[in-house]
Amino acid sequence: MFAYYLQLGLRSLRKNPMLTALMVMAIGFGVAASMTTYSVFRATSRDPIPQKSSVLFNTQLDAFGPENIENGEPPDALTYIDATAILRAHKTSRQAIVYPVNVSVIPEDASRLPMREGAYANGADMFGMFDMPFIQGGPWTRDDDEKHSSVVVITRALNDKVFNGGQSVGKQINLDGRLFRIVGVMDDWSPQPVFFNVPNTGGFDEGAAVYMPFTRAIDLQLPTNGNNNCVKEPEQGWDGYLRSECVWLALWSEMDSPAEVDAYRNYLNGYAAEQQRAGRWNWAPNVKVRNVTDWLDVQKVVPKESTISLVVSLGFLIICLVNTVGLLLAKFLRRAPEIGVRRALGASRRDIYAQFLVEAGSIGIAGGVLGLVLTGLGILGTRLVFPENISRLATIDPMLVALTLLTAIAASVIAAFYPTWRAAQVQPAWQLKSN
Amino acid sequence: MNLQIKPILAALRRHKSGTILIAVQIALTLAIVCNALFIVHQRIDRANRPTGINEQNLIAVQNRYVGKPDSFIPQMKTDVAALRNIPGVESAYVTNAYPLRRGGWSTGIQVDPDKTKDSLPSALYFVDEQALQTLGVKLIAGRNFNPSEVVTVGPQTTPAPPQVIITKAIADKLFPKGDALGKTIYYSKGKPSTIIGIMEKLTVPWTDFDHMDNVTLMPVRFDSGYQHFMVRTKPGQQDAVFKAIPGALYAVSRMRVLPEKYGIRTFETVRASAYEADHGMAILMTVVCGVLLAITAAGIVGLSSFWVGQRRKQIGVRRALGARRADILSYFMTENFLIALGGVAVGTVLALGLSQWMLKYFEMPRVSFTYVGVGIVLLLALGQAAVFAPALRASRVSPVEATRSV
Repeated sequence: MFAYYLQLGLRSLRKNPMLTALMVMAIGFGVAASMTTYSVFRATSRDPIPQKSSVLFNTQLDAFGPENIENGEPPDALTYIDATAILRAHKTSRQAIVYPVNVSVIPEDASRLPMREGAYANGADMFGMFDMPFIQGGPWTRDDDEKHSSVVVITRALNDKVFNGGQSVGKQINLDGRLFRIVGVMDDWSPQPVFFNVPNTGGFDEGAAVYMPFTRAIDLQLPTNGNNNCVKEPEQGWDGYLRSECVWLALWSEMDSPAEVDAYRNYLNGYAAEQQRAGRWNWAPNVKVRNVTDWLDVQKVVPKESTISLVVSLGFLIICLVNTVGLLLAKFLRRAPEIGVRRALGASRRDIYAQFLVEAGSIGIAGGVLGLVLTGLGILGTRLVFPENISRLATIDPMLVALTLLTAIAASVIAAFYPTWRAAQVQPAWQLKSN
Repeated sequence: MNLQIKPILAALRRHKSGTILIAVQIALTLAIVCNALFIVHQRIDRANRPTGINEQNLIAVQNRYVGKPDSFIPQMKTDVAALRNIPGVESAYVTNAYPLRRGGWSTGIQVDPDKTKDSLPSALYFVDEQALQTLGVKLIAGRNFNPSEVVTVGPQTTPAPPQVIITKAIADKLFPKGDALGKTIYYSKGKPSTIIGIMEKLTVPWTDFDHMDNVTLMPVRFDSGYQHFMVRTKPGQQDAVFKAIPGALYAVSRMRVLPEKYGIRTFETVRASAYEADHGMAILMTVVCGVLLAITAAGIVGLSSFWVGQRRKQIGVRRALGARRADILSYFMTENFLIALGGVAVGTVLALGLSQWMLKYFEMPRVSFTYVGVGIVLLLALGQAAVFAPALRASRVSPVEATRSV
């Protein structure tokens, strides 16, 4: 029966090519608009580290005071004093400070120009905490952190550029005129959103190429390449800066159980209360410990543009559906005499339903194919609409292809329900009489 | 006046579903189109905001020195001299930031040396005596810096030189009486700065800032390895200078990085990339509006054609009874107008609701009534245009149809 209905449907669609084309286009455009914007939204709202996002936590402490913060939200970074004090207390199984720095790689070959590379200064624990993938060697150790060792981890891309992709563990690399020993080469790793450096990137950027021990970066007086916010002017010099109330460091911890998180939060409250007692802060403790998902939420990582365009294009899809309902209604009711004859010859309402829903479904398939082509163009076009660091994340994958086709078919079948119901209500006697 | 409203309303009641569908489609389209057009207008307005500088023939160079000498100042001085020597260059200076760069330094200004609160935020540009000329900023009072006034400031220190030039926006806020010139203000506790000049307008590096026109020029060389050079070229020389810059700088020293992507940019490029997202939204919303209007029009054409087809016999009867072609035409035009009127009435409510929702979730300004008005007119006109062809076909139905069975 299905094949017969499909044949009937296709014949009817051919009879009215304009109306059919209109419906296919409406479905195609509506689906393409929503799928294109959805692909951007999906990219900006995804979980960057799904396997661990619930056990990784960012720490916030109010070092600014209620008068200098908004809505009771502590600053989005920590001071050097607080970050290092909390780290020294060893209250969680793994914990690391991280901040972005900038380094220039000076090639050994003097005829080549220096290269500026994104870099992070971080503690040894970060590699294991974030599941960073090594292809040669491994992370440096906590011992290296303590000894302020001149070691680095570099990425595959930099290894390709400087060492032509060869074995480079144990070799030296010249960063800004200082030699560092390579202990590991990581595969290129750049989770999007960059959850551990959101305040400085807005959530999206290219990955870094160099990782060096935090302790060593402090010795070298490498300033942050990100935001530095101070409520009080720091004293002169680097040491004055480290003692200041300027916030610029992120502190990430891994905690496996809610009990551990509670204990850590209690410790932080105690620490803040102690600062209050010591007279450094004259306000009550204000502590936030948030996992990756909550942190991305609070930091509003999904760009306004992404959400607005998704909402608008969903509205667009709804309008296209209303449009299709209207056109299908016109099309089906025009065939009232035909329906009347079929009903009089013994077709049940069920048969009419089946026939017209199959016809609508075939419009949906055609609309879906058109929608798929348009979505492809749309995703290429996201470069015109969204900044490059975001548009490059929007991609077509099998998921999106399936979703596009499914949405198109579902949409057209849903749109067909009311017109089909009306068609099924056609009274055979009335139609026959008027003929 | 033969508007035939009563018979039309009676007829509409007989095909409710089609009427409602068209009205709903018009309502939804109005809600989206007027909000989308409003977003387009806002974004374009934002992206066209003036910076206060002469944006033509201006090149921005991002430079990062490699290594860590005791001081970067000598290198900066040689670099600026080398840039000024490129043929076709009119003037050049070294700085920490400039308008639309999207990164920079801001601090609070105070009038009272002891008070620490209620300071007025200002962006800081570290410049020398060639900055005003290079940027093409208009001084409306006072004087430019002297070369001898330029001081060196170390890293991690807030500069507070004895002389500063501020924008009129700051002058008006701090000294509403209009007597800012020559007054003392404080950028750092206990370090007074005298206002020696007032600029008509100059904007901050950021595109979202509560005080877009609060800028201070400081005669400062900031001792840091990360600097920007601003270069003004003679008219017609921009391309030649653009190509000559890397060579001139690498000839001074190769121990530097001029990043591939954002290293050397004309100000045109700087502006384009600062407002990338705004242009994108404007394009997207315009396309959405266009396609949406086309689809709505197509829907109206489709349904109206169907009605005309359904009512051929009735039309024939009316014609046979003496109705003129114009009567038939105006019947369908009026019918569509009434449906569209119902649609835009509901649509206005939806449009305001959508605007309210966006106000709440995206902190966007409320859609202006002009846009709702424009949207209403647009959709009524669209409805009339869409129904015209089917209505014309209806008017051509011959009276003979009355005698035929469908």
